[in-house]
Amino acid sequence: MVLGATHRSDIEEVVNEVVQQYGSSRDELIPILNEINRKVGFLPNGVLEMVSKQLKLPQSKVLSVATFYQMLSTKPRGRHVIQFCESAPCHVTGGRQVWERLQEELNIKAGETTEDDKWSLITVSCLGVCGVGPVVVIDEDLYGNVTPDQLPEILSHYS
Amino acid sequence: MPFFRSHVLISVDPECLKRGAHDVMDALQDELVQQGLNEEVQILETSRIGDPIHFGPDLMVYPEGVHYANLSVDDIPFLVEEHFLKGRVVNKFVAQESIIADEELGMPKAKEIRIVLKNCGKIDPNNIEEYIAEDGYMALGRVLTELSPEDVINEVLSSGLRGRGGAGFPTGKKWSFARASASTPKYVICNADEGDPGAFMNRRVLESDPHAVVEGMIIAAYAIGSSQGYVYCRAEYPLAVKTLNIAIQQAREFGFLGKNIMGTDFSFDLEVRMGAGAFVCGEETALMSSIEGKRGEPRPRPPFPAVRGLFMQPSNINNVETYAVVPQIMLRGPEWYASMGTEKSKGTKTFALAGDVKNTGLIEVPLGITLREIIFDVGGGIKDNKGFKAIQTGGPMGGMIPTKLLDLPIDYESLASAGSIMGSGGLIVMDDETCMVDIARFFMDFTQDESCGKCVPCRVGTRRILEILNRICEGNGRDGDIELLEKLCYEIKRDSLCGLGQGAPNPVETALKYFREEFEAHIYEKRCPAKVCRNLITYEVITDACTGCTVCARNCPVTAISGERRQPHLIDPDVCIRCGICMQVCNFNAIHII
Repeated sequence: MVLGATHRSDIEEVVNEVVQQYGSSRDELIPILNEINRKVGFLPNGVLEMVSKQLKLPQSKVLSVATFYQMLSTKPRGRHVIQFCESAPCHVTGGRQVWERLQEELNIKAGETTEDDKWSLITVSCLGVCGVGPVVVIDEDLYGNVTPDQLPEILSHYS
Repeated sequence: MPFFRSHVLISVDPECLKRGAHDVMDALQDELVQQGLNEEVQILETSRIGDPIHFGPDLMVYPEGVHYANLSVDDIPFLVEEHFLKGRVVNKFVAQESIIADEELGMPKAKEIRIVLKNCGKIDPNNIEEYIAEDGYMALGRVLTELSPEDVINEVLSSGLRGRGGAGFPTGKKWSFARASASTPKYVICNADEGDPGAFMNRRVLESDPHAVVEGMIIAAYAIGSSQGYVYCRAEYPLAVKTLNIAIQQAREFGFLGKNIMGTDFSFDLEVRMGAGAFVCGEETALMSSIEGKRGEPRPRPPFPAVRGLFMQPSNINNVETYAVVPQIMLRGPEWYASMGTEKSKGTKTFALAGDVKNTGLIEVPLGITLREIIFDVGGGIKDNKGFKAIQTGGPMGGMIPTKLLDLPIDYESLASAGSIMGSGGLIVMDDETCMVDIARFFMDFTQDESCGKCVPCRVGTRRILEILNRICEGNGRDGDIELLEKLCYEIKRDSLCGLGQGAPNPVETALKYFREEFEAHIYEKRCPAKVCRNLITYEVITDACTGCTVCARNCPVTAISGERRQPHLIDPDVCIRCGICMQVCNFNAIHII
């Protein structure tokens, strides 16, 4: 994640760059939003407006797509995003205890961000590494076979 | 001409040399001479085998195909004695792949036949030449030079291959529909949006053998008359996306993709499209909507994709596994494929074993094998030797199968008759400490969350079912709830627009069918037999076993435990939050759940 703050000119630069990379046709909307979400950390209102202008789509259509897909966020996220798999295979191998401990350690619930903007906690559906469940993903790092007691140490790696 | 019984290929990649590969090689030669084996075992230098930085110095021993890594001069005498004299593989020297790859796909277990998984872990997915060395793209060569599109479709038809995405529609038939549609352009699409919790077979194939999928798609394109294809891969699989893109680029460089493939007048190219985190995009029409840049909402069928699909053009959409097996069918012949499996369900299928089973991971078995064989022979039985309770097949649209049906063969028809489906191949094993009401609720929570919202039966119906299940698990079940659940399940299945809604009630329905007594216990006795549902269990101190050590009281986060030193303690059920910490820290097994 590159930009934490949302200066309009910075966002404009990112949007222009991404639209140029993918082309401004309608069927590139999701790859474009994905890339911007990755670079900025989420999709601020300004982005939706700019993308709708460049792709010549009504803003309502862009918003309807941005809010449909789980990996796109229209809300700001913390510096580090923790994704916890809440699907059945992770659940039956002890996922519930890990989830409860996670919420305890961070003092936030699913979908929330800590007050100091350090952590955002979201639940995700199956990540496809069920052989090593329970699974926690922090930013791009994947942790498998996680037990509740390992959490403080794992979290301590991130500043 | 000297005849060697064994060949050792040692990597002299610069990074391996830096780590002492030449010394290892010299030590090996000396030891072989000393043991009198140098006329039987030949040492050859080769380029890199495994990643030299992680594995060097490393070597391969043939004919066994064992990869030994991180060797030092001191390891050599033991290695020679064990491997070459006694004929035993030395496990501690065997190269360990990444923890995930190692844990999920080991050596084939009993009863496995690896066709789709044949190259996984054996070739470098980022090197097309290794795929070619394993007969890669030979099938395409045969197809383009010897067969007409109709011939291809006939061979796929007679192989009996059925779509491996879940519905099991005969693949040859599907291709023939797209071929029959007159309008162009036509599209070939690969559904790599493997979203079923517990299913990761497609991910492994994409990451480890992407060219099998690419080759299969090119053959399909030739058969139906398409020149453009898409692989729609979920964004949660970044490595698969990266590997696919490299594979496509290499295929282009070798002339297997692009214009005039292999010098014929057939042209076809491929593009990867990523999802963005929506399970419903695994549904074929929702997937196509997503490629078009829209919300992933399904469309009514007819018209079917073969007639009007992507961008309203005829499209053929198949699962990763379906395409991956096509090259082998074209190379080895449809009769070979049809010789495996059952009468109506031919061939092999990959499955992902997850949950409370000893050997979790990927397997590939011929269809027709029984559930019992999969769980106990291939899977090694239940973890921690607990009892088996149920197995969920087919993902969140599938059903739970109890002990009494364990001898059911795994094929499309048998699973449907039990109330479940084959699905993509995720198998979740549950032990006797699983509450079936809780699990049904769990799956419904997932499908309700992933429902696209377009049609009322699914959007509202799944929410209503979830509300009822939540109430039951919290201890507020009412008389009439079971009947209401059954009615809702029936109506949602009948009236939903797409497979998500049509299948969402299956876990609940099968749980009611096979484990009705658990629901009744929750509702009428306010009791959870499996001792899982928080509001229906009580943690209690066994007074005879309690020594009064106070460890539990000191660890209780809500100070619900009282008691004097050396006196039996007491847990206040009104304060207790059922976190289970007291039971975990008790050294005397003096706390149990009732």
